[in-house]
Amino acid sequence: MVDERKQIGSGGQAGRGNRKVSPSSAARSLAGPTAAAKRPQAAAKKQAAPAKKTAAKKSGVQKSGAKASPAKKTAPKASSKVDEPKDQAPPQAEQPKRPHLRAVTDDDAAAAAAAAAQEAERRTRSATAPIPAGIPLDDIVAALLGAFQRVMGSDWETRLATLLHTIRRRLSGEYEVDEFGLDPAIVTVLENAFEPIAEKWFRLEVRGIENIPTDGGALLVANHSGTVPIDGLMTGYAVHKYTHRHLRPLGADLVFSMPFVGQIARKMGATLACTEDAERLLTTGELAAVWPEGFKGIGKPFTERYKLQRFGRGGFVSSAMRAQVPIVPVSIVGAEEIYPLVGNVPSLARLLGLPYLPITPFFPLLGPLGMIPLPSKWIIEFGEPVRTDAYEPEAADDPMLLFNVTDQVRETIQQTLYRLLVDRGNAFF
Amino acid sequence: MTGVARRFASKAARHLADLADSGSDRPGGITRVIGVDTVVPDADLGGVKFVRADIRTPVIGKVIAVEDVDTVVHLDVNPPARGRLGGTSAKELNVIGTMQLLAACQRASTVTKLVLGSSTAVYGTSPRDPALFQESMAARGGVRTGFPKDAVEVESYTRGFARRRPDVIITTLRAAQALDLDLEMPLSMYLRNPVLPVVAGYDPRLQFAHVEDLLNVLEQAVTHDRPGTFNIAGDGVLMLSQAARRLGRPIIPLPSLGYASALTRIARAGGSDIPPDLHRLLKYGRAVDTSALREIFGYEPKYSTAEVFEQFRQQVRPGILAGIGER
Repeated sequence: MVDERKQIGSGGQAGRGNRKVSPSSAARSLAGPTAAAKRPQAAAKKQAAPAKKTAAKKSGVQKSGAKASPAKKTAPKASSKVDEPKDQAPPQAEQPKRPHLRAVTDDDAAAAAAAAAQEAERRTRSATAPIPAGIPLDDIVAALLGAFQRVMGSDWETRLATLLHTIRRRLSGEYEVDEFGLDPAIVTVLENAFEPIAEKWFRLEVRGIENIPTDGGALLVANHSGTVPIDGLMTGYAVHKYTHRHLRPLGADLVFSMPFVGQIARKMGATLACTEDAERLLTTGELAAVWPEGFKGIGKPFTERYKLQRFGRGGFVSSAMRAQVPIVPVSIVGAEEIYPLVGNVPSLARLLGLPYLPITPFFPLLGPLGMIPLPSKWIIEFGEPVRTDAYEPEAADDPMLLFNVTDQVRETIQQTLYRLLVDRGNAFF
Repeated sequence: MTGVARRFASKAARHLADLADSGSDRPGGITRVIGVDTVVPDADLGGVKFVRADIRTPVIGKVIAVEDVDTVVHLDVNPPARGRLGGTSAKELNVIGTMQLLAACQRASTVTKLVLGSSTAVYGTSPRDPALFQESMAARGGVRTGFPKDAVEVESYTRGFARRRPDVIITTLRAAQALDLDLEMPLSMYLRNPVLPVVAGYDPRLQFAHVEDLLNVLEQAVTHDRPGTFNIAGDGVLMLSQAARRLGRPIIPLPSLGYASALTRIARAGGSDIPPDLHRLLKYGRAVDTSALREIFGYEPKYSTAEVFEQFRQQVRPGILAGIGER
């Protein structure tokens, strides 16, 4: 008896419970009539407690018995313990229990039968699913092939071969970069990746593309804004798309000291904004682009949008004059709204060695989500070129002339910006 | 000629000595080549007369006087290499040796020409570098340590010498690193590693020079009067990633913090050696403009950087990834 108490659980027999909580009626019905018959016997054997205690227990159980089934089962058990003597226990205990059990079992059985039916139905359905009523495998293959050909074009074999060849060439390193590090393959890949962003997200509109010379050097001078220099990418994209010429952006040294950014910038054809590189590019007939406002322009607060900052020290004009190439003023509308700069953390920026640490309405509030640029509408206008070949190359040493030309370019861009802003209307729609 | 125990200098000395044998009767021709170094060179010097002398001591003045030297070719400016000279003694040899040598030359009235074998390392390497360095430019990021600093100091002493002896023709040749298995140049030692540790996020532009071009330029500088400073490098650039792919060697990107020590360790584990100043070059790279060499010096480099590299690739064992891009 003592040993039996120490045992945990029902000793492997279904429907016996663990001697503290009675088994559910469903469990007992599963165990069958023998278990149900044994149950009161065991209870009677255990009975050592006085009647008082049992009564208290009974009332407690009934009070707490929110669930229907334990309450029901405890009731007959307790009554059998109190009323019946030891030897008479089995038959008499069975009598009051039967109707209770039967009623519950019937309900449960009905529910179980319904569940089983549902389950069976589900199984049959899932079994038939992979072979839906009669599309043969051949048709599916043919459809897939058709779709593949439609996506890849009819000359897909050649294109696939070209792709594999390109990949192999890349992996073997058999490609050329120019002395600035421009890698045409990387430019093409980036341009294709950037196209949906420029066309669908920013809805880029390009004006005055005829002002870019089709050959020979030219210096593009543009306004800078947008917290992150996306306007540089957009200008490069627009120039390459419409004139098929590589734009060589001249960037700050910060760009080239940053890992990954600097590497990509070099491969896209960017180089350091210094006199030597600018003149080398322009004299070799490349299209160079500068953003003379620099960090003052790109990191200005949102309240000062479309107000041009000081145009550097006019170094770009002297470079263009020495190389005798035209200056093309470029006005970019739309970049200001992509990351509205509403705050700055100068101390942290200084700690990180950055010119500013932007706070926009969504960054860092939304974390990485805040880094998605707002979908403003962009207009890039290439203005009438400012000729520098009318001046002697020595004029590059005349500071007064340099300031005049700088101011002329700056004013042109500023006036064009105002005009474009009126044309654009709402920034986002 | 100084520093002939080094591979390149001994090659150059032999090259000049062969010239002396073939045609010494030409005007400005070479009659004798005297090689000077502290250790006896392992290579066969051919017709070069070897004098064992330390250029860090005044002995070198006696050598110049006794041998009646008219042209001094100073090639003993070398990056430190393990085994021969460590960092400090390399600096000693580079800087102090140059000072003594120039002091000796200043006293010797016979000396009419000085050819200095410098390196493009004088331009340093930094993110603020222009794409191509011209001879008139100085290092942007500053050169703080190691061999680049030595080279800058050596050049500044040479300029001081030029002011004191304006009659001496001085040619400073700034050469890019040669890629050759025979020469213990830092980059070629690095590229021989089975795996190449690189700085994550940086892909430097590299330039190489061909030994033949270097020898030819040196020969012209000795036999003709070509005062000035000239860069020597093959045309074009090669990205480090591209170089690794061509060699078929896998690259290991490492964070730039602690890259230098990791690079040294990996190289040691691979059985080679990396000079300490190489890691900066492997971060930002460097390329030079050779238009002065073409237009003023009058020499057209025969080999482009890609061709120099291709020859090097054929010399070394193919890397483990070489099969991927096989043509």
